[in-house]
Amino acid sequence: MRRRLWRFPGGLRLPGHKAASLELPLAEAPLPERLTLALRQHIGAAAEPRVRVGQHVRKGEVLARSREYVSAPVHAPTSGRIAAIGERAVPHPSGLHAPCLELEPDGEDRWLDGLEDDQVEQPPSEPAELRARIRNAGIVGLGGAVFPSAVKLTPGPQTAIDTLVINGVECEPYITCDDTLMRTRASDVVAGAALLRGLVGAAHAVLAVEDNKPQAAAALRDALARAGEEQTGTLEVREVPTRFPAGGEKQLIKVLTGREVPRGGLPLHIGVVCLNVGTTAAVYDAVFRRRPLISRIVTVTGPGVHRPRNLLARLGTPVSHLIEQAGGYALERARLTMGGPMMGLTLSDDALPVTKATNCILVEPERAAAPALPCIRCGACAGACPVRLLPQQLYWYAQSGQFDKARTQGVFDCIECGCCSHVCPSNIPLVQYYRHAKSEIAAGERERQRAERSRRRHEMRQERLAREQAARKVRRRAPTREGAGDEGQ
Amino acid sequence: MLLASTILVNNFVLVKFLGLCPFMGVSRKQSAAIGMGLATTFVLTLSSVCSYLANEYLLAPLGLEYLRTITFILVIAVVVQFTEMVVRRSSPLLYNALGIYLPLITTNCAVLGVALLNIQERHGLIDSAVFGLGAALGFSLVLVLFAAMRERIEAGDVPISFRGTPVALMTAGFMSMAFMGFAGLVR
Amino acid sequence: MMAVLALTALAVALGGALGYAAIRFRVETNPVADQVDNILPQTQCGQCGYAGCRPYAEAIAAEEADINRCPPGGEATVIALAELLGREAKPLEAEAPRVPSRALIDEAECIGCTKCIQACPVDAIVGAAKQMHTVLAAECTGCDLCVEPCPVDCIEMVPIALTPENWKWPRPAVQWLEPEAPRCAEVAR
Repeated sequence: MRRRLWRFPGGLRLPGHKAASLELPLAEAPLPERLTLALRQHIGAAAEPRVRVGQHVRKGEVLARSREYVSAPVHAPTSGRIAAIGERAVPHPSGLHAPCLELEPDGEDRWLDGLEDDQVEQPPSEPAELRARIRNAGIVGLGGAVFPSAVKLTPGPQTAIDTLVINGVECEPYITCDDTLMRTRASDVVAGAALLRGLVGAAHAVLAVEDNKPQAAAALRDALARAGEEQTGTLEVREVPTRFPAGGEKQLIKVLTGREVPRGGLPLHIGVVCLNVGTTAAVYDAVFRRRPLISRIVTVTGPGVHRPRNLLARLGTPVSHLIEQAGGYALERARLTMGGPMMGLTLSDDALPVTKATNCILVEPERAAAPALPCIRCGACAGACPVRLLPQQLYWYAQSGQFDKARTQGVFDCIECGCCSHVCPSNIPLVQYYRHAKSEIAAGERERQRAERSRRRHEMRQERLAREQAARKVRRRAPTREGAGDEGQ
Repeated sequence: MLLASTILVNNFVLVKFLGLCPFMGVSRKQSAAIGMGLATTFVLTLSSVCSYLANEYLLAPLGLEYLRTITFILVIAVVVQFTEMVVRRSSPLLYNALGIYLPLITTNCAVLGVALLNIQERHGLIDSAVFGLGAALGFSLVLVLFAAMRERIEAGDVPISFRGTPVALMTAGFMSMAFMGFAGLVR
Repeated sequence: MMAVLALTALAVALGGALGYAAIRFRVETNPVADQVDNILPQTQCGQCGYAGCRPYAEAIAAEEADINRCPPGGEATVIALAELLGREAKPLEAEAPRVPSRALIDEAECIGCTKCIQACPVDAIVGAAKQMHTVLAAECTGCDLCVEPCPVDCIEMVPIALTPENWKWPRPAVQWLEPEAPRCAEVAR
C-alpha cells in the first residue's frame, strides 16, 4: 500500500465553516407540496418523458428514459400524480427555463411493486448487468459534476484501470453532506467501493477523506475492519491534508498517486477512476437494494438560516422547503447559493428545485460585489492556480477577445475552482472571463462544424445540378420516346 | 566574435537604427515576424555575398567603384525578387501576410548598409557572409521579440491616445536602451 | 563606356537568372481561396453579391472583392479575414445582420410546388411535387432565399430560441471603464 502523499501546486487554505451544519443530526426532509424534476440533471442529453400529465406514478418509477449514451433517466422520488410537463425555472446560470416534470405527491410514498422491502440482495456478477443497473438507476456524479456514472464506469476494453479513488474529500467551505454520509452510512460506502473496485478491475481502491474529518475517517475504518479480510486487503482509507481544492478529481489523483492527468485528458488515461462517496452510496442502493436515485443529502447552512443542518431531501424539492426545515431565514435579505462559496451557483429565488447536483444551499447576507479594479499584473493568481495555468494571461486574452490564444494557454484545463479570483487584489472576476472564453470557443466550434456541413451540402447540390444538366443534354442530343417526370427536382 | 558583435552589440535595428520600416510594419503578429525574419536573413546573406563578389570581380578590376551603390541596389533587387518567388510558391499565406513588406526588403537600409559596410570594413568573402548573416540574425531576433511584445501589449489596457503605433514606438525605444547594455560585451 | 558596358552586362546576367527562376518557381493554384472559404459562414445566401461562399472567397483571394460584404459572417468574419490576409478590417458594408433564424414551413398552407426546394442552396428542404415540403432545421442556414419564391407565402423565418444548451456566458462588465470606451484590441486593428 502506498505510504506517500504528493502535493498539488497552488491551492488555498480556507476557513472551513463546517461545524455549524454538523451540530444537528441528519434528518429526512418531509415531502413538499410539489416536486419539480428537470429532465436534464446531468451532463449529456436530456431524458425523454415516458409519462403523461395526470398519470399516477409510484415511488421509484421511471419518469423519463435516457435515449443517448451520455444521459441518465429520471425517477419519481415519491408516489403521486404527474401535474404538468413543461418548461420550468431550473438552477442554471442563464436563469432560463428547461423542460421539467411536476409531480404532486399523494402523501402515501408508495414504492414501485417489488421495491418496498428493504432487502439487501446479492449483486449480479456480470459487469454488463451491474453497469445496466447503475445506468437504469439514474446515477450521476453527486459531487457536483453530475456526469453519468455508468459511462464513467465503462472505460473501454483498451483501458486498464489500476486504482479506484472514492472522493470523500469535500474541500469546499460550508459543505458537509459527504461528511454526514460517511458518518451515517460508512458500511454502505465501503460495500459500494468494494463492488466498484471489482467492476472497473482496479487492484487498489482508496477512500480519500480530508484530515478535517476525523470522525468520518474513523467511521470508514471501522466499517472496513468489519467488512472482512478481502476488503481490508484491497481497500484503504487515506487522509489528505486540508487544502482547497484537494477534492478536485485531478488534484486528488495527484495527491494520492503522484500521477497527473494529461492536458485535455481524463483520469482513465492514467489508469484511475474517481467517484464521489455520495455516488458510491447511490451505487450501493441501486445494486444491493435495487433502488434508483431519488434523494440526496443536502447541507443547508450559512449565517442566513437559524438551524444549519444536513437534510436527506427528495430530488425536486423546492429550496424554500429545505430552508424552512433548517429553521427558516435568519436574515431580511439573503443571497442563495447552490453549492459552496468558491464554486457555487447563485440562485435567483428559493422556489428553484433541488437537483442531483445540489450538494449544499448556502444562505448568506446579501452584499454587492466589490467593484473590479484594473489588473496590476501582480501574478498572485498564478501562484494560487492548482492546475498550474497562467490565469493572468488567460484573463488578458479572454478580455481582449483573443480566444484562440486563450485556448492555447489551456483555458479548457481550468477547473473553475475560483482560487485565482479569490486571491486577486483587484477583485477581478477571473473565472467569469474563463467561462466566457470557453463558451465562446465552444460556440465557435459548433458554428464551424455547421458551416462545414452547409458547405458540403452546397457542393453536393452543385454536383447534383450539374449531373442533371448533363443528363438533360444527353437526352436532347438523342431524342427517344422517354416519358417526362423523371427530372425529380 | 564578429557574429556576436553584429547580433547583439551593434544590432542593426536597435543600435544602428537601420531597417526600422519593416521592424515597425511586420511586427504585429509573431507568425509574420518570424517569416519576415527568415526572408530577410535569406536576402541579407545572399546579397551580402553577391555584392561582395560584384564589387571584387566586376567593379574593382574595372575601376568602377563609383558605381558601387547602384550596382548593389541592382543586386539586392534581384535577390529580393528571387526570394519573393520562392516565398510565394512555398507559403502563399506568408506571402499575403508580408504583403508589401516583402518587396520592400529591397529598400531596407539595413541590406544596403551591410553591403556597403562590408566594403568599408574591408571584409573578405567569408567575413562578408558572416557579417550579413549576423546582421540578419540580429534583425530577426529583435523583430520576433518586438512582435511578441506587441501581441502582449495589444491584449492589455493601453490608454486610448497611446494605442497602436505610439506604444509600439515607446516599446522600441525601451528595447533599444536595453540593447545598449550589451556595449562592452565584445572587446 | 566601360561603366555602361559593365553594368549592362551585370543587368542582363541577373535578369536572365531571374527569368529562369520565374519559370522554375511558377505558382499554379490559389490555396488562399480555400483558407478564405474556411472562414466564411457557408450560408450560401448570396448577400455579398456572389453566387455562394466559394465564388466570394475566390474573389477575395483574387483581390477583386472587399472583405466586408458578408452579413451572416458579421464583424467576426471581417476581422478573421483581415488577420488572415493582412488587410484592413472595415465595418460591414450591409446593414446590421439579422438575428440567426431557421426557416419554418406552415404545413397547412403548403401547396407542394417545389419552388422553395429549388431555391435552397444547401438542399435543406425535403419534399417533392404535390407532396408536403418541410425544412430540415438542423441543415437550414437561415439564408432566407426560400421565402421569396413561395407563392402562398407559407415560409416564416423563426429566430433560434435561446436554451440552456446554446446559452453563452457573457463577458463580465468592467465597472472602472466607461461603458462606451472601446477595448484596446478593437481599436488597434
